Amino acid sequence: MTYIRPNFRHPEKDRNKLGYSIRNYEGALSTLCAGCGHDSISAAIIQSCFDLNLEPHKIAKISGIGCSSKTPTYFLGKAHGFNSVHGRMPSVTTGANMANKDLLYLGVSGDGDTASIGMGQFAHVIRRNLNMVYIVMNNGCYGLTKGQDSATADKGSVSKKGVPSLFDSIDLCQMALQLGAGLVARSFSGDKKQLTPLIKAAIQHRGFAFIDVISPCVTFNNTPQSTKGYEWVREHMEATGTIDFIPDRSEITLDYPAGSSRKVTLHDGSELHLQKNGTDYDLSSRKAAMNQIETVKEQQKILTGLIYHNETKLDTHGKINTVETPLNALTQDELCPGSTVLSELNAKLR
Amino acid sequence: MNAMSEINKISATNDFVIRFANVNGSGSASANNLFSQAVFRLGVPVSSKNIFPSNIQGLPTWFEVRINEQGYLGRRGGYDFVVADNGQTMAKDYQELLPGGYFFYDSSKRLPHTFNREDIVELGVPLTEIVNTHYTDPRHRQIFKNIIYVGALAYLLDMDFSVFEESINTLFAKKPKLIEPNIKALKLGFDYAEQNHTDVCQLNIHRRDLNGDQILMEGNAAAGLGAVFAGATVAGWYPITPSTSVVEAFEKYCKAYRVDQDTGQNKFAILQAEDELAAIGMVIGASWNGARAFTATSGPGVSLMSEFLGLAYFAEIPVMLMDIQRTGPSTGMPTRTQQSDLISAAYASHGDTKNVLLFPSNPKECFDMTVIGFDLAERLQTPVILMSDLDLGMNVHQCDPIEWDDSHVYDRGKVLNEQQLTDLSERWGRYLDVDSDGIPYRTIPGTHPEKGAFFTRGSSHDEYAAYTEDGEVYARGMQRLLVKWDTSKTLVPAAEVSSEGADIGVIYFGTSAYSSQEALDQLRSTQAMDAMRIQAFPFGPEVADFIHQHQILFLIEQNRDAQMKTLLVNELAIDPNKIISVLNIDGMPITAEFLVTEIQNHLNDLLSHGRENQQSTGGVA
Repeated sequence: MTYIRPNFRHPEKDRNKLGYSIRNYEGALSTLCAGCGHDSISAAIIQSCFDLNLEPHKIAKISGIGCSSKTPTYFLGKAHGFNSVHGRMPSVTTGANMANKDLLYLGVSGDGDTASIGMGQFAHVIRRNLNMVYIVMNNGCYGLTKGQDSATADKGSVSKKGVPSLFDSIDLCQMALQLGAGLVARSFSGDKKQLTPLIKAAIQHRGFAFIDVISPCVTFNNTPQSTKGYEWVREHMEATGTIDFIPDRSEITLDYPAGSSRKVTLHDGSELHLQKNGTDYDLSSRKAAMNQIETVKEQQKILTGLIYHNETKLDTHGKINTVETPLNALTQDELCPGSTVLSELNAKLR
Repeated sequence: MNAMSEINKISATNDFVIRFANVNGSGSASANNLFSQAVFRLGVPVSSKNIFPSNIQGLPTWFEVRINEQGYLGRRGGYDFVVADNGQTMAKDYQELLPGGYFFYDSSKRLPHTFNREDIVELGVPLTEIVNTHYTDPRHRQIFKNIIYVGALAYLLDMDFSVFEESINTLFAKKPKLIEPNIKALKLGFDYAEQNHTDVCQLNIHRRDLNGDQILMEGNAAAGLGAVFAGATVAGWYPITPSTSVVEAFEKYCKAYRVDQDTGQNKFAILQAEDELAAIGMVIGASWNGARAFTATSGPGVSLMSEFLGLAYFAEIPVMLMDIQRTGPSTGMPTRTQQSDLISAAYASHGDTKNVLLFPSNPKECFDMTVIGFDLAERLQTPVILMSDLDLGMNVHQCDPIEWDDSHVYDRGKVLNEQQLTDLSERWGRYLDVDSDGIPYRTIPGTHPEKGAFFTRGSSHDEYAAYTEDGEVYARGMQRLLVKWDTSKTLVPAAEVSSEGADIGVIYFGTSAYSSQEALDQLRSTQAMDAMRIQAFPFGPEVADFIHQHQILFLIEQNRDAQMKTLLVNELAIDPNKIISVLNIDGMPITAEFLVTEIQNHLNDLLSHGRENQQSTGGVA
């Protein structure tokens, strides 16, 4: 990684509707290895938040432990961040979300952080349908402890250590589908064109949105025999279709040949336009999505793109019926019953 | 039948213990509570202990009620009257009854010939026959069998029957159909006892006016209510005995006081987590984001939460945790009490950590200390742990009424709002000790577009929350946390000291208070003794003063390893030999009888062998 970042930018150029330049969405310099896929994902997050005109301080970045969990330092420097403990990002995000439903919760985790130590919390945050974006930067290995296989390393995949992985891998997209996630996507850190609209869609999605981003570890798991290496992934990606994110009320300038594209409308009115490829299926059908992942897997390929979308379920706050005002903004007067109720209450206890 | 004239019957008014032996899941709890509540409503001090199995149905359970007009509410030990309603334990219950005591049983079946004590009074009431005659529904037969024995007790113990009628009327005010059959059952029992055991029992409960405006409450209910009054909005929790009823109470009171009248929406979020790790993770996330949040657990949960507690300590995030202690280690005895999480809570997590502990002794203090705990957690930006226990949490205790001072304003601690951030002239640092009290200023996400954002982390950080591996910077931060620790000593509730210049001092805390006070009253008749009740960790200067002012110190604890002594010795640099531990670990609430015996034995040893031998005496830890 180069530690020199060009700081010249045209003062008026490239400002979004809030008047912010993309620099307002950047963070500290990355200390990850040069060429790490994670840095590309950080860049896609920055681009997405800039494009969507999000106020950086209304975003909370929460992560666990590992290389991936370090990345929130490298984007959105004006947002609060929380590097919690290993595998526990979901519970911290859940608590934070309960306290203030009005922020955007951007959870960043890795394959070790999610598929091993954090599997329980991953499963349960999904079944509660917490309104958040959950990004796994998936490199199939434990980078920060020097390259041990993780639970998403495919059986037979060979990392730098040269020993094929012995065990079956966990497919986090399939798990997310099974557990009821409303948006499930997979992408590749090397495909910013696909990743950025997916992140935007995930941000606009109300409820739990999951993106598994294959993000090669250049230092420990980028061998030709690794199914999480640049080479293998580029050759084996099978996209559900090209994708464009159209914000609410924007003029649609894209022109698709009739019958070849499809719209997915999100709750705020923004739309995803998908250019179909040969393998078409109903994106709102969990069964079809699951089937498609398996079908593509049988062909030794990796299904990427938007895999499933269904926004009909209530999020956690909806399920437990909390007030519109964020709970952290309720005043003592609104929360404390005060002494008046105590005479009756004490009387009942006599 | 034994010849009653030869028995030296126990004779007492408003001072005895009655033990109900039941099968759990049989509905006996309501009947037994009806009885103890009646004693309370007769103006006589009462305390009850539910001794239940870790099981839902079919195993033995006991309910001990101590009636004591002197106001001693600790467990006494020994039973003057037994209601034997469980065949599985009947032989044992029979044998354990004190000589001269009363053995009440269902005489629908004859007692086996091995039940041949001649020093007790047997009181047979054919409960099964009576219910079978008067009720047809099998469920009613089960429930009303219990109510019938309560009715019989009303006669046998010479209790004012109208108290029971009033209780039933209040209890079923919303289900009036149930009033008549309940009263009928009470009368069936009363009448049978009156006709068949006329004036046999010499134990009486007579009306007094000793309870004033006191209430009957479980500690867990009080803690849950305290969380409502303290403004807690987020609770993440995982079920575990004996803490579950804290969150259940919180939910109940939230539904009563925290639902928006117009929209029906909730001003609270309660999430049952997947485990204790997630429960405390939710609390930390919510507190970090500016809400008051808490969780309740027991020892095994504290073990699981330890990693997160270390994060909250080091990243300085408020946490309110209620530890309703049970008998450890491991799963231990989940339905028995103990004070054995002191060290695991005080120093939870790896590395150098210290957490604030509060020790309530009664339900009112569970309420008050929960409120104090939330203020302390936010003021100090650190975990605060309420160290209750099963005895306090799950038993109904008589205590002063719950009070709330409407002028009390929550102490939200040092939190910078948007205006304060805008007005800041100097650079803000999340971990900068601006006021020299070790407590820095924090910000809540979403407050200000340009200022106050920082990265919260459990990794080492400098004053501006940036990651650092610079040993000096790290050490500076750790030392500052000790400055904060010193500040906390000035904010936690001080120990309650009663001192008249005696050479001997007795120290206790938590639920040992009940029996300790009773034991002290007895011991003081022959020997002057001062007393101190510890209410918090860290210890204020009054704790060290008390220890230094006394020649001989007894420290009463309900654990094996003298954990409070370890904390005192560790934190106050005290000679361990100065403190004689009096330890009870059988999982039952400590009794005054045990304390008097233990302390008296130690004193006798000291007198006869000189003080240098105290280390070798039994019970010294």
